[in-house]
Amino acid sequence: MRNLFVLLWKNQFFLLFIILEIISVILLSRSYSYHGAIAYNITGEISGGIFSTYSNVTDYLSLKTDNEILANENALLRNSAPSSFLVTDTQYVYRDSMYRYIPAKVVSNSISRSNNFIMINKGSKHGVEKEMGVISSVGVVGVVIGVSENYATIMPMLHKNMRISARIKSSGQLVSVVWGNNDYLYGTVVDIPSHIALSKGDTIVTSGNSLIFNEGIVVGTIESHDRENNKKLSAAKLRFTTNFGTLKYVYVIDNLMKPEQDSLINQIIN
Amino acid sequence: MNNVLIKNTIRFVIVVLIQVLVFNNMNLGGYLHPYIYVLFLLLLPIYINRSVLLLLAFFTGLTIDYFAGTVGLNAAASVFLAYVRPGTIRLFFGKQEFGADEEPGLHSFGVIGFLKYTIILVFLHQFLLFYLEVLSLTNFLYTFNTIIISTLFSTFVILVSMLLFGKRSGK
Repeated sequence: MRNLFVLLWKNQFFLLFIILEIISVILLSRSYSYHGAIAYNITGEISGGIFSTYSNVTDYLSLKTDNEILANENALLRNSAPSSFLVTDTQYVYRDSMYRYIPAKVVSNSISRSNNFIMINKGSKHGVEKEMGVISSVGVVGVVIGVSENYATIMPMLHKNMRISARIKSSGQLVSVVWGNNDYLYGTVVDIPSHIALSKGDTIVTSGNSLIFNEGIVVGTIESHDRENNKKLSAAKLRFTTNFGTLKYVYVIDNLMKPEQDSLINQIIN
Repeated sequence: MNNVLIKNTIRFVIVVLIQVLVFNNMNLGGYLHPYIYVLFLLLLPIYINRSVLLLLAFFTGLTIDYFAGTVGLNAAASVFLAYVRPGTIRLFFGKQEFGADEEPGLHSFGVIGFLKYTIILVFLHQFLLFYLEVLSLTNFLYTFNTIIISTLFSTFVILVSMLLFGKRSGK
């Protein structure tokens, strides 16, 4: 027994190395599955604080383009406000709104890794919760996977485990969108049935089946579609409408009906 | 001794901040991912206790992971770097004698020696890091290209910062 301890003590360097590597790999493998990431992601106040100080400084460099984007969006919203419509049906009142949008600013973002993350400056204090969808003014961004008091981490489309349910806008056919490559501009549409041929410019929108995104948010447009004859399902290259490289402002979708929908699903399961 | 501790603590903070705020935001054609925080691990005293070195590497890796959102990835690569560091020093500079608290650097290893030391350890670190991150061999060549380019760039940045801020001649 004593010899065993002597042996272990002599090899403590190697043993410690093995132990630390095992810990790291266990931590890593947990964060690699989608649900693991949701259960496990650490969103810290310290890192959030440092990132937001940094972006406060660097934001001045892009004020002009940011203003243009916001002005465009304002115009769009003004067009859809009730006052810009001719009121024909006074009976129609929106009693319950389905979705609430929480505006947020990106404080840290990566696009060049094989698993990217975005951090925003809104957290549990502002009503952000895990598994909420995140969109930009032009399209889908990702899903919230970690929340602290003032910050939240998002798994964007640019992540290996990201997969969203979508539709081909023109035909309504259900497909899935994944990232599937290393280029932050493009994604991949998978599970396309063999009888469907997509052409360049076709729009892919969210299906609304997942309770995370509401229906009809643009994901991207088709760039090219390779149809292989012998396969039942084919894949197509998609260009994201959201430019992840210059992403500054996003909206977190709070689905106000989600508790009700969840309890309905639980009823069926039980 | 105290002096070494304070110096390395300050170096740790600076290197982590530069990595997280500058180099993690860098992206040139998707190829360039410089990891220069390893400079902290490279410059720890030559005769540091090896187990302490491992623990410091683990902690440094976790700190970078905390900012990048990749739990365990940098920790695994850094611990590996720390594991091969004593062997690399013995391989290249086994015949030399160093002072008790002396650090690896241009004056202790020489420019060529320090370059060899840096490029090997940085390469091994990035090799493990990128393959662990991708976790597949499907894009083997693409990943390997990324590793080579990132290694060269990281080494270049480390060397330049050593020339700018390091001690050049002996004490």
